[in-house]
Amino acid sequence: MTRSAQWLYGWLLLLPSMALLALFTHYPAVATLWNSFHSTPKGARPAVYVGIDNYRQLVDDPIFWQSLSNNLWFAIGTIPASIALALLMAVWVNGKVVGRGALRLAYFTPTVLPMIAVANIWLFFYTPEYGLLERVLGAFGFASHNWLGSKSTALACLMVVTIWKEAGFFMIFYLAALQSMSPNLAEAAAIEGASRWHFFRRVTFPLLMPTTLFVLVNAVINAFRIVDHVVVMTRGGPDNATALLLYYIYEIGFRFWDTAYAAVLTIVLLAILGLAALVQFGVLERRVHYQ
Amino acid sequence: MTHVYDARGFGRALETVGAWVLGLLWILPLAFAIWTAVHPGEYSTRFVLTAPLTFANFIAAWNAAPFARYFVNTVLLVALILAAQLVLVTLAAYAFARFEFPGRGVLFALVLIQLMVMPDVLIVENYRTMGVLGLKDTILAIGLPYMASAFGIFLLRQTFKSVPKELDEAARMEGCGPLGVLWKVYVPLARPVYLAYALVSVSYHWNNFLWPLIITNSVGSRPVTVGLQVFSATDQGIDWSIINAATLMTTAPLLIAFLLFQRQFVQSFMRAGIR
Repeated sequence: MTRSAQWLYGWLLLLPSMALLALFTHYPAVATLWNSFHSTPKGARPAVYVGIDNYRQLVDDPIFWQSLSNNLWFAIGTIPASIALALLMAVWVNGKVVGRGALRLAYFTPTVLPMIAVANIWLFFYTPEYGLLERVLGAFGFASHNWLGSKSTALACLMVVTIWKEAGFFMIFYLAALQSMSPNLAEAAAIEGASRWHFFRRVTFPLLMPTTLFVLVNAVINAFRIVDHVVVMTRGGPDNATALLLYYIYEIGFRFWDTAYAAVLTIVLLAILGLAALVQFGVLERRVHYQ
Repeated sequence: MTHVYDARGFGRALETVGAWVLGLLWILPLAFAIWTAVHPGEYSTRFVLTAPLTFANFIAAWNAAPFARYFVNTVLLVALILAAQLVLVTLAAYAFARFEFPGRGVLFALVLIQLMVMPDVLIVENYRTMGVLGLKDTILAIGLPYMASAFGIFLLRQTFKSVPKELDEAARMEGCGPLGVLWKVYVPLARPVYLAYALVSVSYHWNNFLWPLIITNSVGSRPVTVGLQVFSATDQGIDWSIINAATLMTTAPLLIAFLLFQRQFVQSFMRAGIR
């Protein structure tokens, strides 16, 4: 094939994907940045350049700070717990535990369910008086508590749901890594007289590091990307206690129709995701030797 | 598998119990939802073995909202996205894997940007764009932002690159054009990757919620996830048995598919994640 034919084929093959990406990824990203420096158009009044006014509004907005801190707490509360559980699950179902198939199934099933269905199921679980949680606690003599309705427990309730849904998903990646590990390692370590825990801590866990980093980045992205459970279970309440960043964007953009301010909030979210992606690319580079 | 370090004796018993307690804990919320859905309302939190089984909750839910239409919408949506993705991703991955052209590196970087600037986040601007295009409240509008998939292009490019060049050249000797080679050599060899990608894509878009919630506002375009939310949010009577039945109903096709093709699902998620 001639060189110019190569060029032409390359470009033509890419054209459909690039056109869609330009329209629905590159253009909106740039437009978001552009709009973050302009006012929200209202009726006949078009958007005007307002400099960093929207960003000033952001700094002075207590709900933004709260949704950001909620989101950080949400990440801190869900990520280590779901990763630790995932690792534990993977080690268990990789070994010779009784009923291994059934256990794998039990751990993985929540992953297949839509978040919205999961949220509905747990909403009932948490319901005051009727919910299973209240029933069980009531049977042990605990006082009734509105789990999703009180500021102190609502965010924690969402965290539990998220951990429940994600641990099984991350388990899969650990399981794959464990299965690709050579049994010779264990035999060699056993000859050296290493204890089981020692072997895990000094051999298995370090070898799983690339998997852990991969899972970690995905967990961070998910912590900022998924708000379905907020929409279904709490709508950000009570008193913004469960407002996550993307949910706040949704409220500002589609309840108050303040698109300029939503643009500023989106920029913040994109910056967070960008940071996660940069880490991921570093990780992917490092993974190469692992294959 | 590390047989040397499998737990033994008392430790083994302890770990088995631990694994099973966790497993039961993990299946409990779903089992509870199923219990509530297949029993009359008064048994929703009374766990007696003699409780009569009933399908009334499912029938009530089915009749209370246009779920049939929602299912059709979701199936159309998922099929539309998958078909478009498979074609677009194949062409783009082929270009990146086997063609030399100016701007290849830059264009690849522009593709990878989508991994961090996800359509899930660009809801405000994409909503505006759909308004300009006159596509608001259509199934096409739900799918469009996802049809060009950086993840898919990346995944398939890796696969195509691992195809031996000799096969490519042999096919060209037989008189195949570039698209013929793609169709006869690359696509068949990448079949397991296509299957993995398809399963991940279908389960992602079957479950997707926020963007469809925003861009649709009528029965004619709503997928089941949004339909379920509209149903359970407006139904102020809060009959949990019926809501749980509706929830299970909307999840059932995917859940049944998962139970039937467990192995493929798990392997697909592994393959797609590990690259």
